[in-house]
Amino acid sequence: MAKRNFLGPHGTVLSLGEFWLLTIAGFALFFGAWSLLAWSGWLPPNLLPSPRAVWATLVRLWDNPFAGHVYADHMLASLGRFLMGWAIAVAIGIPLGLLMGWYRLLDEIVTPLFDSIRFVAPLAWVPLAALWFGTGIGGPLLIIFVGSFAPCVISAYRGARLVEPRLVEAAQTLGASGRQVIQHVLVPGAMPSIISGLRVSAGLGWQSLVGSELIVVGAGLGYLMVQGQGNLATDVVIAGMIGIGVVGFAIDVALRGVEAWFRRRWGQTA
Amino acid sequence: MSEIVFKAVTKTFRLPRGGEFLAIDTTDLRIEEKEFVAIVGPSGCGKTTLMRMAAGLEFPSSGSVEVGGKRVVGPGPERAVVFQQFALMPWKTVRENIGFGLMCRGAPKAEADAAIGRYIELMGLSGHEDSFPHQLSGGMQQRVAIARAYVMNPAALLMDEPFGALDAQTRIVMQEELVRLARRNPRTVIFITHAVDEAIYLADRVVVMGRKPGRIIETIDIKPLRAEGGWEEMPIEEVMDTPAFTHMRSRIWKLLKAREQAAADH
Repeated sequence: MAKRNFLGPHGTVLSLGEFWLLTIAGFALFFGAWSLLAWSGWLPPNLLPSPRAVWATLVRLWDNPFAGHVYADHMLASLGRFLMGWAIAVAIGIPLGLLMGWYRLLDEIVTPLFDSIRFVAPLAWVPLAALWFGTGIGGPLLIIFVGSFAPCVISAYRGARLVEPRLVEAAQTLGASGRQVIQHVLVPGAMPSIISGLRVSAGLGWQSLVGSELIVVGAGLGYLMVQGQGNLATDVVIAGMIGIGVVGFAIDVALRGVEAWFRRRWGQTA
Repeated sequence: MSEIVFKAVTKTFRLPRGGEFLAIDTTDLRIEEKEFVAIVGPSGCGKTTLMRMAAGLEFPSSGSVEVGGKRVVGPGPERAVVFQQFALMPWKTVRENIGFGLMCRGAPKAEADAAIGRYIELMGLSGHEDSFPHQLSGGMQQRVAIARAYVMNPAALLMDEPFGALDAQTRIVMQEELVRLARRNPRTVIFITHAVDEAIYLADRVVVMGRKPGRIIETIDIKPLRAEGGWEEMPIEEVMDTPAFTHMRSRIWKLLKAREQAAADH
């Protein structure tokens, strides 16, 4: 077998076995270092509980309510909130981006405004959301929306601009109406870019979640963590972080599957 | 009725840094019904622009373009276009691509399927009905594009260097097939190319264009040569070896060269 140079440039193709070996090595290294740090006693256990203690907490939270709910309910509350906010961002952002890509006038009007607003981080919307919506569902939805809106618009816009003008001409010469051009050429042509945009926007929306749940009273992984912080329960805080990581990763894997399916179907990259 | 008539057509383009560029100087050209006309000329002579005006994808700055006695005001399925880069929809199968125009027209499904099936067979695409364009070679993709145009049963067929992106062998095969198809199913055809051989082999008439500004230098009748030489019964490589063919080729080359020199001296 040829010697592989893992320290070399990217592009080296790994076998599946090697991939998993390296992935597991990464996690082992991380948890090993964490255990060592907790075990050494440099940091008191109430600031840095060991992985084993956090696992025990997770198991406990699974059956025993904390902050009013069991762990899975916090997770589902977060997921539901995220899906709603993200769906609104997708429903508004994708059509807006497509229209901006097709109509120059709209592009010129919206782009400068959009470019300035999108640099206000989702967390910076928390005070405004709290003022507007109090502790209602609107606040978190607004923040998740703000977090995932920009990549929806940008990817749809880019997709619309990437459609070959020649394809539109070909459709027109075959007698396609305006609606048929949109349905059969412009939307499918923008699709690969839209799909990768969905993945990016879902990631960013999910990341905005904790910020949104700072102002929620009720349930959610972010809420669980804030309550854990209030009770000086570091293990609960870290258990919440793990949940956010795991669910976020699962969402990404699911959308990566959708993306791969589209790429196979389309036979080209966006 | 599907004759294509260019009447005193000019086309100017506005340049990005101001000023105008005369792409086509006052041009008159009449292409009779079911006549196959090839337009040859160097890049920038306006040959593609001329075809695009017949397609309704561009409009003359002055003068008019009429097809079948009606002024061209936009693209339409009675004037089918075959593009150089095929312009197939990557997300549609071979069958869906060929059937796209029929679907737009709202043709009954049974009728459409029969017509699609006929052209799939005629163009040697059997077995690839459900493939996507990226799974086909360039030659196969262009067959799909030609089938997509022919299936509309258009009065006029406008081809913009349709074989320009193909390798030499594929190109020869496609040229022979186009002759076969055109004989079986004659249409009014404008065929844009910069390959002189191809123009002589395919066309009833060759229009030679020059540039700076773009205009017609000469129009040459090929039909008598073909009839006398019996070209349609011969393989392409033998046609290209006949004295009549080589003579015609050098005549057109000389015309193009003289015009290029004049443009350079200008």
